[in-house]
Amino acid sequence: MPDTDTLAAPDFSNWSCPLPLRDHPRVVMGHGGGGALSAELVEHVFAPAFGGPVLAALGDSAAVTLGGVRLAFSTDSYVVRPLFFPGGSIGDLAVNGTVNDLAMSGAAAAYLSCGFILEEGVETAQVARVAQALGAAARAAGVEVATGDTKVVEAGRGDGIYLNTAGIGLIPAGVDLRPQRAEPGDVVIVSGPIGLHGVAVMSVREGLEFGVDVQSDCAPLGGLVQAMLAVTPDLHVLRDPTRGGLGASLNEIAAAAGVGVVVQERSIPVPPEVANACAILGLDPLYVANEGKLVAFVPRQHADAVLEAMRAHPYGAGAAVIGECVADHPGMVVARTALGGTRVIDLPVGEQLPRIC
Amino acid sequence: MKYLEEFQNPELARRLLDDIRAAVTRPWALMEVCGGQTHTIIRHGIDQLLPEGVELIHGPGCPVCVTPLEVIDKALEIASRPEVIFCSFGDMLRVPGTGKDLFRVRSEGGDVRVVYSPLDALRIAEQNPDKQVVFFGIGFETTAPPNAMTVYQAKKRGIRNFSLLVSHVRVPPAIEAIMQSPDCRVQGFLAAGHVCSVMGTAEYPELAERFRVPIVVTGFEPLDILEGIRRTVRQLERGEHAVDNAYPRAVRDEGNPAAQAMLADVFETTDRAWRGIGTIPQSGWRLSSRYREFDAEHRFDVGDVNTCEPAACRAGEVLQGLLKPNECEAFGTVCTPRNPLGATMVSSEGACAAYYLYRRLGAPAAPAAPLEASPVA
Repeated sequence: MPDTDTLAAPDFSNWSCPLPLRDHPRVVMGHGGGGALSAELVEHVFAPAFGGPVLAALGDSAAVTLGGVRLAFSTDSYVVRPLFFPGGSIGDLAVNGTVNDLAMSGAAAAYLSCGFILEEGVETAQVARVAQALGAAARAAGVEVATGDTKVVEAGRGDGIYLNTAGIGLIPAGVDLRPQRAEPGDVVIVSGPIGLHGVAVMSVREGLEFGVDVQSDCAPLGGLVQAMLAVTPDLHVLRDPTRGGLGASLNEIAAAAGVGVVVQERSIPVPPEVANACAILGLDPLYVANEGKLVAFVPRQHADAVLEAMRAHPYGAGAAVIGECVADHPGMVVARTALGGTRVIDLPVGEQLPRIC
Repeated sequence: MKYLEEFQNPELARRLLDDIRAAVTRPWALMEVCGGQTHTIIRHGIDQLLPEGVELIHGPGCPVCVTPLEVIDKALEIASRPEVIFCSFGDMLRVPGTGKDLFRVRSEGGDVRVVYSPLDALRIAEQNPDKQVVFFGIGFETTAPPNAMTVYQAKKRGIRNFSLLVSHVRVPPAIEAIMQSPDCRVQGFLAAGHVCSVMGTAEYPELAERFRVPIVVTGFEPLDILEGIRRTVRQLERGEHAVDNAYPRAVRDEGNPAAQAMLADVFETTDRAWRGIGTIPQSGWRLSSRYREFDAEHRFDVGDVNTCEPAACRAGEVLQGLLKPNECEAFGTVCTPRNPLGATMVSSEGACAAYYLYRRLGAPAAPAAPLEASPVA
């Protein structure tokens, strides 16, 4: 439309709004955001290329049987910037992220591998600080770093330090945690206040520094999960809402199980500092990353006991029932707002802000 | 932080809704001008809580949506140049131009950076004297003053490697154009509060009088919106058409004189194309002749770009309230949230996406508990 057009009035019948492009010939940042673009990459590129039945389950970790033993197996890479942030570091994330992925299968993490990808010129002392943080986090989580690898790339070809960890752990007998197991009637519980990690990292991001007293919630959730499984092994789904936040996790579960989810917005624990930071930045706390929280789909008859067990654990002290699983609107997550209206909580298409884990 | 929870209080909201319900005797169609207000309305489900007959029509106040394709294409071309660091607010990176967006330019090697203030871009210019640093200056009267200040600072401090790609738009000419549209159904406006906090209210009495339409300056939190609706409906029921300020905690009648002086120095009004709408006379700002050397269009000579708008959809009619989403022939067939034809199908907050998610199921939302008001419709 040339600027020189002169119209007496807007032509609303020909209104066309811009829309995001979806067919990307090159990778864009949104492909790593944990939202719809990430899902498309997995669905159209990785899953067809690898093609295995285990991967097809698309859980946070894979459940495999080896020599008659059921193992949870998971890997994750860490590119967070800055390396140290209020409440944690890339080393804490590298341990807890993988430990938590395993925990979402019900497994206690036993062994981790750890790969360091270092950029030429990064200070050795910095590498040591990261390694020490990683070691301390592993001890706190009760997991052993059993193998590792180091690579160095030329200056300018990396961003200081990237980490990758993989982990394995045993899945207890009788435990079958999968997104596909969510069913109508399940009670949806979140283990505590949401949005802390994402806001903590953003608060120290270059160009965005703002004074807010928020610490990352980065924590290992294996102990909390064991406490929940001690109430009943028949939990249906556990998920740690990292990238994409609680909103993405609920959508993934709803889609995988073909169920609807209804949440009461007022029941979702959002700390005031997170709500305020999100209001200023124009973000929705539901899509902000967490690194020490889980969302559980629990059969109704066990919900009270599981909630009690969670609240008795330090990492579940702020646990709250936020909604329920329903048969209506399969694949869709709906929130009832504080004012009494409703809104759809959709899967975020791209990412809210880059590189927070 | 104050002023968040206080303005979302459910009890006070209920009282405002009762007042609105008591006042309404017949149907009214109101337009909220600003996209931020639309966001609050959908985010909190306010449209579902209003009495039957009070309809909210979503206005064109989304700067990202109305930035013309030609300007986006110029941004893409400038950002692709090796000597350029292209700075923008993050939400512009996903807006498609002809065949690509700024994210794709970045994936192809362009230096495209998200900044949180135009002054950040000026700092980048100082730190990179061998590069050309361009800031993408879009938006309404709210975002124009900081951009004006940045250009002013660049000139004052002699930062010659900085320039502004500017496509600012103004609200009052848009209101005028909407009221002149033959299909116009709007009977009252919730004016954009933050625009008025800059510009004041002096531009509106003439419009209210000429089109005999109430214009109520309205804020952005749920109670602000409800108060704006309450005052607009009250005027309509009484047959009045005045300018009223329902957002006095942020808006003074005279606005912000310092910001206005900065705007008057750096910018001049110009005809401006609005994407999907057309050109509206004197509806935009460009850099004034005094600051022409900082105009990126001038500096980079991108006068001739070949634009090609993607297939049009009927979102305009939906936004005007002329067409329900499920009456569109593309609805639910070629147009779905995964493969949207228009912005209204892109996000969960769009009318088409909400219809798609609810109406294809034929069931009301949130069956867990009965609603006080009707479900999304």
